[in-house]
Amino acid sequence: MDPLRQSPSPCSSRPSSPKTPPCEMLGYVGIEAVLDQLKIKAMKMGFEFNIMVVGQSGLGKSTMLNTLFKSKVWKCTPPGLAMPTPQTLQLNSVTHVIEEKGVKLKLTVTDTPGFGDQINNDKCWNPILGYINEQYERYLQEEILITRQRHIPDTRVHCCVYFVPPTGHCLRPLDIEFLQRLCRTVNVVPVIARADSLTLEEREAFRRRIQHNLRTHCIEVYPQKCFDEDINDRILNSKIRDRIPFAVVGADQQHLVNGRCVLGRKTKWGIVEGQCRDSAENAGEGGLKIQAHPAASGTLNTHHRAQSGQAHNQEADRPGNQVPPCSEEDSVENMAHCEFPLLRDLLIRSHLQDLKDITHNVHYENYRVCRLNESHVLPHGPCWVNLAPTPPGPSVAPGPSKVCRQTREDSDDNEDDY
Amino acid sequence: MGLQWGLGKKDKEYVGFAALPNQLHRKSVKKGFDFTLMVAGESGLGKSTLINSLFLTNLYEDRHLPEASARLTQTLTIERRGVEIEEGGIKVKLTLVDTPGFGDSVDCSDCWLPVVRFIEEQFEQYLRDESGLNRKNIQDSRVHCCLYFISPFGRGLRPLDVAFLRAVHEKVNIIPVIAKADALMPKETQALKQRIRDQLKEEEINIYQFPDCDSDEDEDFKRQDAEMKESIPFAVVGSCEVVRDGGTRPVRGRRYSWGTVEVENPHHCDFLNLRRMLVQTHLQDLKEVTHDILYEGYRASCLQSLARPGARDRASRSKLSRQSATEIPLPMLPLAETEKLIREKDEELRRMQEMLEKMQAQMQQSQTQGEQSDAL
Repeated sequence: MDPLRQSPSPCSSRPSSPKTPPCEMLGYVGIEAVLDQLKIKAMKMGFEFNIMVVGQSGLGKSTMLNTLFKSKVWKCTPPGLAMPTPQTLQLNSVTHVIEEKGVKLKLTVTDTPGFGDQINNDKCWNPILGYINEQYERYLQEEILITRQRHIPDTRVHCCVYFVPPTGHCLRPLDIEFLQRLCRTVNVVPVIARADSLTLEEREAFRRRIQHNLRTHCIEVYPQKCFDEDINDRILNSKIRDRIPFAVVGADQQHLVNGRCVLGRKTKWGIVEGQCRDSAENAGEGGLKIQAHPAASGTLNTHHRAQSGQAHNQEADRPGNQVPPCSEEDSVENMAHCEFPLLRDLLIRSHLQDLKDITHNVHYENYRVCRLNESHVLPHGPCWVNLAPTPPGPSVAPGPSKVCRQTREDSDDNEDDY
Repeated sequence: MGLQWGLGKKDKEYVGFAALPNQLHRKSVKKGFDFTLMVAGESGLGKSTLINSLFLTNLYEDRHLPEASARLTQTLTIERRGVEIEEGGIKVKLTLVDTPGFGDSVDCSDCWLPVVRFIEEQFEQYLRDESGLNRKNIQDSRVHCCLYFISPFGRGLRPLDVAFLRAVHEKVNIIPVIAKADALMPKETQALKQRIRDQLKEEEINIYQFPDCDSDEDEDFKRQDAEMKESIPFAVVGSCEVVRDGGTRPVRGRRYSWGTVEVENPHHCDFLNLRRMLVQTHLQDLKEVTHDILYEGYRASCLQSLARPGARDRASRSKLSRQSATEIPLPMLPLAETEKLIREKDEELRRMQEMLEKMQAQMQQSQTQGEQSDAL
């Protein structure tokens, strides 16, 4: 039995491989073509990514989602609108398929309105934990079938973005309670929301204090230190860890600043720049969308530049304003204003696959071990715990109380038995 | 116009009580003002910064912000800070009541009860003093005004805000304030203000109503007054740092990478309006409303419940006052303490009477001496 897999603590994302001595090549064989084969297969199959956003209402969650994926994946409520705050926490999921350069991404976003808005927010994290575990359970059920599907649909939450309100002091008790529980089950990326209410000095001080709080309470947010595979990873991830939590400003109105077109918030004392508007505009609702990547080749850019005039952002400021599309050289995003590009790069451009790997190899495996221990499917091993047997049955949606079993709660049940 | 004794025969039509406001002014300056202001709201909304900006003092110099782990077990406390501010020869004794820990914990049920109890205790103390024997030096520690800070990030009032405001609106003057207003764009600010006003009306919460200006004021003043009333709740930004903005004169503000927010610029925020209304124009009115309406309401309900603990549906307050107050037992302190207090106050009375007699005797003497010298 692989001791790493049985341990309840998070283990390294890849099992150690035996060392093989390198072999000298005598000519060109063509092995590197396997990468192209992988690429072609991946593009045919498409990718899946599931992201969840958690935070109090009004912190800009929906705006961030829309800006992240450059499409209206979520309907934003304009501020001041009489939207009744839900009495209990709700979980709303929406799935879109977006496509870029032939690569299809099936994106599922889950929103959690009502989080932290009540007077008594005790245990408001339970529905969220329940939902996450429910997705793990679904995958587990598919996995233990005798005749499995070729490609198991993956609805597990790969990343949870947690919005911290910009108080400027430190993490609130609600934040700490939530993060402590969730970082053991899912990859959590905290961000400082509505960061345009903090000056640069306040922002830095706030960030340091949050990092200190996270260390004090042993909260491991993504990218977790223990999963760094090699020195390169560690260097890259250390740089990211130094900047977490990112200070983001959500903006979806276009403005012209110094000849550049930016998405920003216009106030009487200046324009807060959120993100540079690329040559592709925000498209309409649902369905397939075509987005241009800013690092794309020159030809693709010009092609989309022609189209940009048609697809017009509904919320554009002063429609008469001619906002010229920006070229590659101009797409410098202003980091002093908003660290949104760092977040975008982390979630999409560099670490998307890593997020999925860690979810699959670590969090899902932990869940699986707990569940299989409960249902006595695994033979007695060194980590076997005697629990009250739960019928494994085809329960696709078990209740949160049954499912939210972490190893530390196992001992409680143990006592109940005797 | 100073005091004029012995008006001559020529000033028959002129009586002279037009000098009364000046006498009042002089007496008030001598007495000094005292004002108790309460600030309430979640932590991190810039309450301390705003208070420092309002009164241009550093009231929170020795403040120690609790660490995150300390906050996990923190309960609501009530802190009082006093400061004496003098400006133009007028002294104001400002007492600030702070409520750290409000709205911070995971479970905030009933976290407003300590605040309500505090306000009622001040009323009770005043009631006792007022019904006591020596009413010369009553210390007025009643809360005259409560600035309630609303977060700009929410969509209006949160359930906790509504619960707190409902609990205190009959006991203290509430001025709602939108904190950290520099996080909002102008359209958002307007929408949020409208939403809050609608919610206050829906929930029937009585905030402090600024009195209408007199009809004989000029149009300009009336317009200004109307504008100020329209901008309630005030969207404020606080800062104690002085920023030099591109060579122009230094202003108090917050410097961001994309611009500088000026605290005292009426286009940027409503700080000036708040300061004007709170300090310059309506300080006395706040105290009067606290005394005449809120305190009287508390007193009436308190005495009613003492008089007939069973009967709730008593007649109006005027009927109550006509039935002599001796029928209704006053809130009594424990007996030994009362005796001591009576004795002390008797002593004081006697001493003061003696002093008065001495002064009168002296005056008599000097007068008679003066007459004698005149006669001679």
